[in-house]
Amino acid sequence: MEEYGGGDLLSEAMGSAARVVVVEDCVEAPGAFVLHLLLKRALASCGAAAFLALAQPFSHYDRVLRKMGCNLSLHRRNERLHFFELLGFRGGAREGTIADSFVRLYNEIQRLVEANRAGENASQFTVVIDDASLLEVVALGSVNDVLNFLHYCFALTSEMNCTLVVLIHEDIYADEEKMGLLLHLRYIADLVIKAAPLSTGLAADVHGQLSVVNKGTFREQKAKAQKVWNFHFKVKENGTDFFYPGTRH
Amino acid sequence: MAAAGGRTLGRSSFSRATSNRVTSSSGAAGVKIGPNGAAFVSSGIPDLDRILGGGFLLGSVVMIMEDADTPHHLLLLRCFMSQGVVHKQPLLFSGAMKEPRLFLGTLPAPVSSSKEDGRHRAMGAAASSDGRANDEGLRIAWQYKKYFGDDSRAEHKDNKQEFSNDFDLRKPLERHLLNGQNIECVSIQDADSLSGLQDCCSAFLSKLPRKDAGSLTAGRIAIQSLCAPQCRYFEKDWDMVSFIRSLKAMVRSSISVAVITFPSTVLSNSFCKRWQHLADTLLSIKAIPDEDKDLAKLLTGYQDMVGFLHVHKVAQTNSQVPVILEASTLSLKLRKRRSLVLERLNQAPVDGSSGPSSAASSSCSSQGSQLDF
Repeated sequence: MEEYGGGDLLSEAMGSAARVVVVEDCVEAPGAFVLHLLLKRALASCGAAAFLALAQPFSHYDRVLRKMGCNLSLHRRNERLHFFELLGFRGGAREGTIADSFVRLYNEIQRLVEANRAGENASQFTVVIDDASLLEVVALGSVNDVLNFLHYCFALTSEMNCTLVVLIHEDIYADEEKMGLLLHLRYIADLVIKAAPLSTGLAADVHGQLSVVNKGTFREQKAKAQKVWNFHFKVKENGTDFFYPGTRH
Repeated sequence: MAAAGGRTLGRSSFSRATSNRVTSSSGAAGVKIGPNGAAFVSSGIPDLDRILGGGFLLGSVVMIMEDADTPHHLLLLRCFMSQGVVHKQPLLFSGAMKEPRLFLGTLPAPVSSSKEDGRHRAMGAAASSDGRANDEGLRIAWQYKKYFGDDSRAEHKDNKQEFSNDFDLRKPLERHLLNGQNIECVSIQDADSLSGLQDCCSAFLSKLPRKDAGSLTAGRIAIQSLCAPQCRYFEKDWDMVSFIRSLKAMVRSSISVAVITFPSTVLSNSFCKRWQHLADTLLSIKAIPDEDKDLAKLLTGYQDMVGFLHVHKVAQTNSQVPVILEASTLSLKLRKRRSLVLERLNQAPVDGSSGPSSAASSSCSSQGSQLDF
């Protein structure tokens, strides 16, 4: 995330140079809106992105992002957005094993990243995964394949100067022995954004609360940089409001 | 025969103007076009349609978490299926039972006129053979409307007369409606894997007209107790999740709705959450004990209640804004032991306290038998 956005709390909390962003959510508070926001930012600053959509079809993202002022169809035509329609993607269905299909997927992403780097105006490249829990379903529970895949994607970030954004449903991994994927993602993350419902229950004005843990601040030698942020959010059609508890009526 | 005749006649006399408009805009009975390019089919329970903002969204997967002890989820499933049969929509039913076709015999029949049905149903039944007389009876009902004062309710009913029916849970649906239709039944009890069901679903969906074909014939898929322990594939957690995911992908690209009920308690916590994440609309049903004195004191209308319906998630198409309902826990009532209604919980004043009269979203209040204010 290169640029500072409109000065909202989230971009302030995110800082400037997070390489790996992990978005955690749960059934009560879906975090897809954070992904939409990050995708919009990634494309706004002349960047390119690869979007691995396992949860929704393209038309959904297109309509949602259009209301936020970002035309995905246009970006897709200009080859700035590379959209992977993986709604019906099945690992190891016909040709080869699950690992093979992940390798093929990774190769494609790598090719795109390299092509982007080779171009004359090499811009920031973002890989967005929606969502990692579904990758596990694709792999029929083979966590190692998913971890390999994510690790390769992670390697891209350091080698090829690109950013990785992963959504994961945190409540699936509440059991201690099944935390594998979530722990790994948290470990490689520079920034963890966690959406949670309000503890007081549903409200029309506040849709939930967001906690941002910035693990990468030390790299920037900003001693004063805050590490943990907590604030509320309200999702709207054209964006999201972020505010501190109690500052809104 | 009587109900079918009453229904068509009802259409001609009740809502001439609106039904014309609706059919011209949607192209098929039983499909309603909403905002954001959304299209809905009715759940078979008018109240639930209203709560969900129009009905079940086409292209979505609705999941209902069953209560562990009672079969109340079947009420919802039956209404959903009956509504499809009444609208002549193709239906695929699959259940963890030996003979799923027998389940069709338990589907409820629509009530011809829902609100003031007491007298008019009698009238309609008496005159069912004579279409003209039936028409007369319905006209009286229509004329009554302006005296009712409840404008929104009347208008709501007028518009949706075609879209959703009330169902009489004690009266079975006529045989001829079930026979002459596109209804498929699949048993999943003896299946070793879900691939058979998946093939059935994809064959069923591929027979529906394509999205761009102009006509809107919505398909309905109803799956009862997908993860029931008596099924042989029960241990294959990942296969089941994978099945739901591919079903979701198939449903998304077609004009159909899938309703899946599942006993959530037999799944492990993490898989239960996975299932919930895969749902577009997520409901859960909780039964209430028969003779709970404390609860009866706490909630008004306790005698008619059969359980609570909790709305966890509402499907949203092409929008990122979550739907915040006024109340997410509703009481499921049987009105006159016949038709299902959903109401917000009304908390009776508690003795010795100035307690609030309405519990907005209080799932806890239902459990809290000893309340200390």
